[in-house]
Amino acid sequence: MVERRPALTLLSHLVLILGVLIVAFPLYIAFVASSHTAQEVVQAPMPLLPGPHLLDNYRAALFGNDSGSGSHAPVARMMWVSLVSALAIALGKIAISLLSAFAIVYFRFPFKRLVFWSIFVTLMLPVEVRIGPTYQVVSDLGLLNSYAGLSVPLIASATATFLFRQFFMTVPDELLEAARIDGASPMRFFFDMLLPLSRTSIAALFVIQFIYGWNQYLWPLLATTSEDMYPVVIGIKRMIAGGEAANEWNIIMATALLAMLPPALVVVGMQRWFVKGLVDSEK
Amino acid sequence: MASVSLRQVIKRYRDQEVIHGIEAEIADGEFVVIVGPSGCGKSTLLRMVAGLEEISGGEIAIGARVVNDVEPSDRDIAMVFQNYALYPHMSVFENMAYGLKIAKLPKDEIRTRVDKAAAILELGGLLQRRPRELSGGQRQRVAMGRAIVRSPQVFLFDEPLSNLDAKLRGQTRLEIQKLHRELGVTSLYVTHDQVEAMTLAQRMIVMNAGRIEQIGTPDEVYARPATTFVAGFIGSPPMNLLRHQDGKKIVGIRPEHLFIAADGWPLQVETVEMLGAERLVHGRLGDGQALTLRVDATQAAPRPGDALKLAVSPDHQHWFDAETQRRMESA
Amino acid sequence: MSTEKRVQLRARVLPWLLLAPQMAVIGVFFFWPAGQALLQSLQQQDAFGTSTEWVGLANFRQLLADPSYLESFRITAVFALLVAGLGLALALLLAVMADRVVRGAGVYQTLLVWPYAVAPAIAGVLWLFMFAPSIGVLSYALERLGVAWNPLLDSGDATTLIVLAAVWKQLSYNFLFFLAGLQAIPRSLIEAAAIDGARPWRRFWTIVFPLLSPTSFFLLVINIVYAFFDTFGIVDAATRGGPGKDTAVLVYKVYYDGFKAMDLGGSAAQSVVLMGVVIALTVVQFRYVERRVQYG
Repeated sequence: MVERRPALTLLSHLVLILGVLIVAFPLYIAFVASSHTAQEVVQAPMPLLPGPHLLDNYRAALFGNDSGSGSHAPVARMMWVSLVSALAIALGKIAISLLSAFAIVYFRFPFKRLVFWSIFVTLMLPVEVRIGPTYQVVSDLGLLNSYAGLSVPLIASATATFLFRQFFMTVPDELLEAARIDGASPMRFFFDMLLPLSRTSIAALFVIQFIYGWNQYLWPLLATTSEDMYPVVIGIKRMIAGGEAANEWNIIMATALLAMLPPALVVVGMQRWFVKGLVDSEK
Repeated sequence: MASVSLRQVIKRYRDQEVIHGIEAEIADGEFVVIVGPSGCGKSTLLRMVAGLEEISGGEIAIGARVVNDVEPSDRDIAMVFQNYALYPHMSVFENMAYGLKIAKLPKDEIRTRVDKAAAILELGGLLQRRPRELSGGQRQRVAMGRAIVRSPQVFLFDEPLSNLDAKLRGQTRLEIQKLHRELGVTSLYVTHDQVEAMTLAQRMIVMNAGRIEQIGTPDEVYARPATTFVAGFIGSPPMNLLRHQDGKKIVGIRPEHLFIAADGWPLQVETVEMLGAERLVHGRLGDGQALTLRVDATQAAPRPGDALKLAVSPDHQHWFDAETQRRMESA
Repeated sequence: MSTEKRVQLRARVLPWLLLAPQMAVIGVFFFWPAGQALLQSLQQQDAFGTSTEWVGLANFRQLLADPSYLESFRITAVFALLVAGLGLALALLLAVMADRVVRGAGVYQTLLVWPYAVAPAIAGVLWLFMFAPSIGVLSYALERLGVAWNPLLDSGDATTLIVLAAVWKQLSYNFLFFLAGLQAIPRSLIEAAAIDGARPWRRFWTIVFPLLSPTSFFLLVINIVYAFFDTFGIVDAATRGGPGKDTAVLVYKVYYDGFKAMDLGGSAAQSVVLMGVVIALTVVQFRYVERRVQYG
């Protein structure tokens, strides 16, 4: 700021701290709830400080238990399903998008415009808008209740292709010319030059797509019906059987925290690339 | 209009002192140029006068008022930035009117002032345009117009011509001179270009590494540089600074004060630059020190490899103490 | 969009090979289903699913005449405006404060960014838990303050619940973009305004906010799209569209009608309408972005 106004700076800090607290509040509540027994949680008001049952609850959540009225599939299995499908979505999308962006930016071929626009169109329709028929297709292909069925339909949008396209456009032409004079084939150029240069974009996109894949709800709800193929996000919802008092809220909250953990780690750990990638991708 | 006083002004970043006790008095209506190499602290000093940087020690006064703790918006100053800093979402008219609107001037008064400034700077037809539609030179004039309309006590210029091409720079320099003649507002102008400094300044402040090397009129600074730094910085091509054999003195001689003669210092010519109206001859003296002299184009041009003899006019030798680098009054 | 690189490689087969994976995936999982959705929206199945007949635009006409559909539209619009308005205002406040603070800005950013990682469904579960009528921490607090609260029965309360959950989750995204937008404004503009006599409050509204408008507009569109589509998880987890159908946003209705009520034609028609909404919003945004002012 231009002026030196300590009062205003103090106010800014206060507002920010307040914001951080409000944002963290649900997390704190969940944490506290996950450390008590179910009865303690359900009796209003719930204690506001953590209790002693942290490990018990997490163990029960991860490996399944018999109390409570909702589903009690072992969360460990669900975390695994989430992990595999999120990785498949993120890596799959990145891989095919790199190849497509390379083709679009560096090659001349017939019907290029058509290809470009057909890929562009996919940006506009999220999966939520085509759930019915997509379900039918996946079902017809026999891919229900499979990792492929969970992941592949979500690879079908072009956000990553556009990010890479934009990035490739900023790579100097001289690099390609020098590589060609040196005798490099197009694929050589792709692997030896473009990929290393794209590291930051790939990292940023990985964060965004991993979280996107991990947090999917509507699609897995339709595409899986057997308990052992539920991602953890679905699993949590199914634990709530209606009629709150009967639910094991402490286990539910423990599961919620477990479910939030991997994406949060990815976001915080790769924050620098993530922020850059998010902001740049919309320019 | 008002005077500007800098009294023992110090600037510290964390523990590092970067500006060491600047002392200067700028009179009401004077055009003073602060000149020095990059990093010498001239922009920092200007920004302290503007209130954009905090003053770590000493006082700055505008008129009779000490402004150390006064906000920029209350100092009654105007500033022309290096990159113009025009508000991109406002028209030229709105850019110039902004400060006046804040000061709650009546609409017709604003209109009059803006039109007057626009006339002086020849911006008449551009008032409704946006900055992005203007050329660099036009943008610079709008930036100056924004400063003029406020009729402030002091104008501050922060390297305003650096982003213009050479020809435009020359033209705008003349316009700034004209403006000062017409309006006579106290002005502090910062630049690293000594040509700008020499042509615009009524007085110059030569700065180096956070200190003032010399304050004086362009003539004084050119004819009687106070330190070897000033001697080498002002004047193009720079003054020759030669070590005396006894090691305790340095003698400075400007290239135009050396003459080819029948007898004198021996010079081995290395390169000759042809500049049209004159030539610059670069060579080495007997003891190996480099030397440059100016030769009029009417004379025959020396060639690389020639051996010349040089005479020096005794009135144009400048003696400096080798230790303090300061001017010595007697040889 | 139509600029190309000056240097282009010539190869016959290679580009097609490179494009094959993406084209295959979007062919099977995008164009085919999208086409099917369009087709189905023009058809109707009988009660047993044994025959389908071509009904043209009848499904659409039925939708527009259906009060519950129009109601769902209204609910979604209100929801979107509340989420966008509240989400942007709060995020802007936080971003402005973070931009001012020299020390600790990085820490604040980390602490405000992590909710991006939270799934909408989980956000719904968390807020459901906090606001559950008898056991929730916040509902307890409200009751102590004498405020009646029951999202299971009162649709205003239910709407508040999903709005809060949606805003909470989206804050970090908005915050990030606003912060980046603020940091992109050249410092010299702020200084020039200060020298022109403008105090911080005026500087913000006359200089900073107008220059932030591309970011604001972009976020507005994104938040509306978010409210329309990404909030399915929140609604399903927190209120299941209830009480009754009072929080059944459009995307929830598509799901419900298609998979619970088995009205394939109607659900497909709703999908198509939603497609139209997204396309319209995307076109508006791209048009505006194309015409975005280049600030020199």
